[in-house]
Amino acid sequence: MAQERSPASRLFANRAFLWACLVAMNLAVLVLVVLLVSIFWQGWDTLSWKFITNFASRKPSEAGIAAPLWGSVWVCAICGLVALPLGVGTAIYLEEFAKRTRFTRIVQTNIMNLAGVPSIVYGILGLTAFARMFGAFGTNVDEAIEFGNSESLWYIRLPFGSSVLAGGLTLMLVILPVVIISTQEALRAVPSSLRAGSFALGATRWQTVWGLTLPAAIPGIMTGAILAMSRAIGESAPLLVLGGLLLVFNTPENLMSDFAILPLQIFNWAGRPQDAFHAIAASAIIVQLVVLLAFNGVAVLIRQKLQKPLQ
Amino acid sequence: MSSLPANTDRGAIRDPNSLGRPKSRAARVLRERIIVGALAVAATFSIFVTTTIVVVLAKETIGFFEFPEVSISEFFFSAEWNPLLGAEKHFGIWPLIAGTLLVTLIAASFAIPVGLISAIYLSEYASPRVRATLKPALEILAGIPTVVYGFFALTVLTPVLQKLNPFLERLGDGWTFGNYNAMSAGLATGIMILPIVCSLSEDALRAVPRSLRDGAFALGGTKFDVSVKVVLPAALSGIVAAFLLAISRAVGETMIVALAAGGIAQITANPTAEVQTMTAYMVQIFLGDAPAFGVEYKSSYAVAAMLFLMTFGLTMVGQSVLRRFREEYD
Repeated sequence: MAQERSPASRLFANRAFLWACLVAMNLAVLVLVVLLVSIFWQGWDTLSWKFITNFASRKPSEAGIAAPLWGSVWVCAICGLVALPLGVGTAIYLEEFAKRTRFTRIVQTNIMNLAGVPSIVYGILGLTAFARMFGAFGTNVDEAIEFGNSESLWYIRLPFGSSVLAGGLTLMLVILPVVIISTQEALRAVPSSLRAGSFALGATRWQTVWGLTLPAAIPGIMTGAILAMSRAIGESAPLLVLGGLLLVFNTPENLMSDFAILPLQIFNWAGRPQDAFHAIAASAIIVQLVVLLAFNGVAVLIRQKLQKPLQ
Repeated sequence: MSSLPANTDRGAIRDPNSLGRPKSRAARVLRERIIVGALAVAATFSIFVTTTIVVVLAKETIGFFEFPEVSISEFFFSAEWNPLLGAEKHFGIWPLIAGTLLVTLIAASFAIPVGLISAIYLSEYASPRVRATLKPALEILAGIPTVVYGFFALTVLTPVLQKLNPFLERLGDGWTFGNYNAMSAGLATGIMILPIVCSLSEDALRAVPRSLRDGAFALGGTKFDVSVKVVLPAALSGIVAAFLLAISRAVGETMIVALAAGGIAQITANPTAEVQTMTAYMVQIFLGDAPAFGVEYKSSYAVAAMLFLMTFGLTMVGQSVLRRFREEYD
């Protein structure tokens, strides 16, 4: 407040800013409402049970999302099964075990950087590391080394190619920093007096973590994990790099199956010029949003049910 | 304590009340070591990921520059990007960077003012009840997949913008909105980063201690004076870091621009024009427009390397802003 200003002008600034606030806030809410209404308006009519159970088709009226829906489920399941142990383990190490050394500082900065890497770059990494395995098994698909019968559930092929497993692992790379950071925050929120009490009773560090810190941090970790998973469901750019837009006519049978995912199916339909495809793209978006809403609902429930004040 | 046997440090703990099997100290130490080792391996994995990204991008980018039709000076100093059509291929990165910057600029000029003002409102003005209804709305916006924003840009924003065309025609040729344009993609990207700007700025504002506000009110400040001239400067480092994070998200955003911005790589400041961003070019290549392992295919790795360097730079600047300019009040 460098120069003297009249009370009237200061009160005017005060009032004008409040109006600006209300405009900005209402704009944000309005955008959300317009977005949701426009999508439901475009996609509601073509949404039916048949749409959810049918496979891909050239005719928009026959097309459905069975393959991408199950593809998304498989990919996200693999992604979660790998990313959660790895991410939570990293966070436990950094918060509960590691001393504040140069190494841990580098790891910490590195995780912040990984969180900022565009997802499409992870797609390139997944393509090179998982789908092609750095060319260690040749560049031709026929040269792949196979384990087990290609019909069975446990069929594995090296390199993975653009399979469900490669897709899940690629998405794992995308959400890993998110899982680590949210778990670290949850662990930091556990009061240190609890740990001190446990150490005073003679517990080792791991006993303290397993018996005390982790159970206390579980609501926070679960919330973060679910938000990370909902990011994984909506992520499409890395998998587009991995496999392009595959037209898939069956649900995945094993880890080496080809797959489609819901967001890429939406991308495919949205990119076509015909309005009929835009309509079914909107229907697929509705399904996607319902799945996401269910995920977020579970996160909110966990937050409310499990969160007990610890102080 | 006196009832404990004297040999607890060497022998087994034999407390009848303790759950689980009694374990010798050696077994406990061993288990502890194994667990710490496994956790340390998990933590090292993230370093491994970064190293692999850098090595893969560097190796493929070097491979790209080894093609005879590519030169480093053309890549960095030429303004023509035309790898797919025509007899002569041109690889000058600037049109793609310009497209990315135009979309990012449009996104930031929507999301930063709206997001920051919303954050100030949520942190300083809103009652708990209003907050409880507005925060979930922002969380929903944050959770919507980016491909949905792309669809929104294509089927809602662009048709609305095209309603302006009769007025824009008077400005001259090339100022009307086509089916693909930078404006709709930029606005949709802006909507996408709005929740990031808003919630991170709000966190920074709420971290400012109450005593500062009380002091400013005691000196006779209005609500506006206190919020904008006292609390905002105190939270500035966190807010700038939020802006940088949001901008780096906009730079790396893929699906919106691939759907709505178009496919012409050109240097322009015209928001009604069709532009191609770095990410949109990569999508075009990986969707199979180019034969694998050819020069066009490899060029996408060079573009990815540039993209990685840009977002890496933004993240590092954001981190150092947070460290250097943090105001501590304790």
